[in-house]
Amino acid sequence: MTPIRRIGPGWFGAFGGQFAPETLQPALRALAQAYDTVKRDPGFLREFREALRVHAGRPSLLSPASRLSADLGRGIRVFLKREDLNHTGSHKINNTLGQLILARRMGKRRVIAETGAGQHGVATATAAALYGAECVIYMGAEDVRRQALNVFRMELLGARVVSVTAGTATLKDAINEAFRDWISHVDTTHYVFGTVAGPHPFPTMVRDFQSVIGREARAQMLHQVGRLPTHVLACVGGGSNAMGIFSGFLRDRRVALVGVEAGGRGRAPGRHAATLTRGRPGILHGSFSYLLQDREGQVQPTHSISAGLDYPGVGPEHSWLKASGRARYVSATDTEALEGFLWLARREGIIPALEPAHALGYLHSCGRRFPPGSRIVVNLSGRGDKDVAEVRRLLSGRRSRP
Amino acid sequence: MVLESYFRATGTGRRGAFMPYVTAGYPSAGAMPGILGMLAGSGADCVEIGVPFSDPVADGVTIQRASEVALARGGGLAGALRAVQTAARMGLRPVLMSYANPLWQAGLPALARRLADAGAQGVIVPDLPLELAGSWSAAFAEQGLALVLFAAPTTPAARLRQAGRNTRGFLYYVSLAGVTGERRSLPRGLAARLRTVRRIARSPVCVGFGVSTPRQAAAVARVADGVIVGAAVVRRLEGWGRGVEKRRAIARWTASMARAVHGAAYSR
Repeated sequence: MTPIRRIGPGWFGAFGGQFAPETLQPALRALAQAYDTVKRDPGFLREFREALRVHAGRPSLLSPASRLSADLGRGIRVFLKREDLNHTGSHKINNTLGQLILARRMGKRRVIAETGAGQHGVATATAAALYGAECVIYMGAEDVRRQALNVFRMELLGARVVSVTAGTATLKDAINEAFRDWISHVDTTHYVFGTVAGPHPFPTMVRDFQSVIGREARAQMLHQVGRLPTHVLACVGGGSNAMGIFSGFLRDRRVALVGVEAGGRGRAPGRHAATLTRGRPGILHGSFSYLLQDREGQVQPTHSISAGLDYPGVGPEHSWLKASGRARYVSATDTEALEGFLWLARREGIIPALEPAHALGYLHSCGRRFPPGSRIVVNLSGRGDKDVAEVRRLLSGRRSRP
Repeated sequence: MVLESYFRATGTGRRGAFMPYVTAGYPSAGAMPGILGMLAGSGADCVEIGVPFSDPVADGVTIQRASEVALARGGGLAGALRAVQTAARMGLRPVLMSYANPLWQAGLPALARRLADAGAQGVIVPDLPLELAGSWSAAFAEQGLALVLFAAPTTPAARLRQAGRNTRGFLYYVSLAGVTGERRSLPRGLAARLRTVRRIARSPVCVGFGVSTPRQAAAVARVADGVIVGAAVVRRLEGWGRGVEKRRAIARWTASMARAVHGAAYSR
């Protein structure tokens, strides 16, 4: 007997599904149907492409990182997919523009979203301002405290930010609260889910809206370098920037896809957020996917230096890519991420967000594992302005220690 | 299936069922036998026993807090199974409520056996959609347990028919588009909607979410086979450890809810 049957769309191998309360089921179906229609509608696609161009500032650059390459030596070349240069400073805007256009077409005048670090919250508030929708952002109280400036930024953009004190008061609880809002206002409201997790159709839809990253990166490699990369590296929390860039290379079997999770400050439960490397499959937030949980199936608290990776679940397609062997998942610790952060700042003059700093940190400390002559694309999913204060605090702590 | 025949019998014209909800391990594991005894003594017919969960997305603040407290005090599936056993011995019909993950992690066939041994009659899984419920329902049915499916105000007719066909025991009708929690009033037109639901689903229907007062319970009982009361019970149980007077007051209130349900004349 297979206790979880795989029926219909929204499944990636054994992973995915629509594990959500009945009240939401009709809305999830309506959303899946609406998305199915628009993704084939030339009018929608044109509007979305145009929004990415004039509002997000796409295409984003693919920059050669020649000094990182020199540090790694052995003919290894590193390229950065510059999602940090998008409007609002991260890849999140790709998805929120797509979902806001869709919400408007569905007649939903109110949007809600969860946010961890605030990147998705800011991107949602931005798109909501642009398309004239009422906007409410749920954010864990702990994150509200850590990211006070982003809270104000969202408020400047006309959004209302609700601080969530339940549970661990971080991203997972913000998602719970957003779901509760959606359950209560499902007629008028669209939930702008921020990552490739959640119930169907979110994992598919968010991936598709983010796939512009991979399409551009692939074309830019062929145009600028004349060859495909040997490796594509991206950080993985929920997994949207990684799915976005991976999706462009899934069919290129010789391109190795590497996801870098948050190794935090130790292997013990509660000290990391490395879902795919240390978790096991379970059901959270609408889908069956890898999950950090205890023996009884209770979701465990997580820790990461970066609020954006501080999440115990992961998108179901990543679980499938892991199970099928198409992608490989590793982790970088808080310390390695900080090293990666400084490495890019000092050698390339770019201050990255702490999330992609994990991918850079992995490259920095495990560069020897890459064969000579590797061509490595790193998805630089966001810029580091939001993290400057936190990094300052961390570095001053470090200096004061022997 | 025991629960099935109980509700089918009730549905033929006898009184409606009063089904309070408790979170296993709240306010403490030690309080459970006393609480269940109070429910049985106050006229409850069934009891919904909730497995505390870290991420209860369908629950409002009252049951969320109860879940957090129960988990912090070591509560979980094992404690819920003990509560089920206690309730069954007291003649209550225990129905287990749990989000999907703790059940899935326990392994469905093994869990179904443990539940049946403890005397459970049904299982309620608020985040399991009816499209995926087939194999779960079969695993529970193997042990004579009813997997209860949901319908909500947002559920369209075709889906309601499907839910009615596939549910076992009864259909859990969510009174309002929202999460669990007490409400000052129930949605207007609920009685009319329930008549439609019963006509389309063709299965016994119990109503939960928001039912907070004897008056509301009576109104629902007139058009349903059972009334489920969660947050209003759980909120009161916070005071369970504060002396015999407090416990008596909770018992009196519970009995008034039971009377309201049992005294309501069907007008279906």
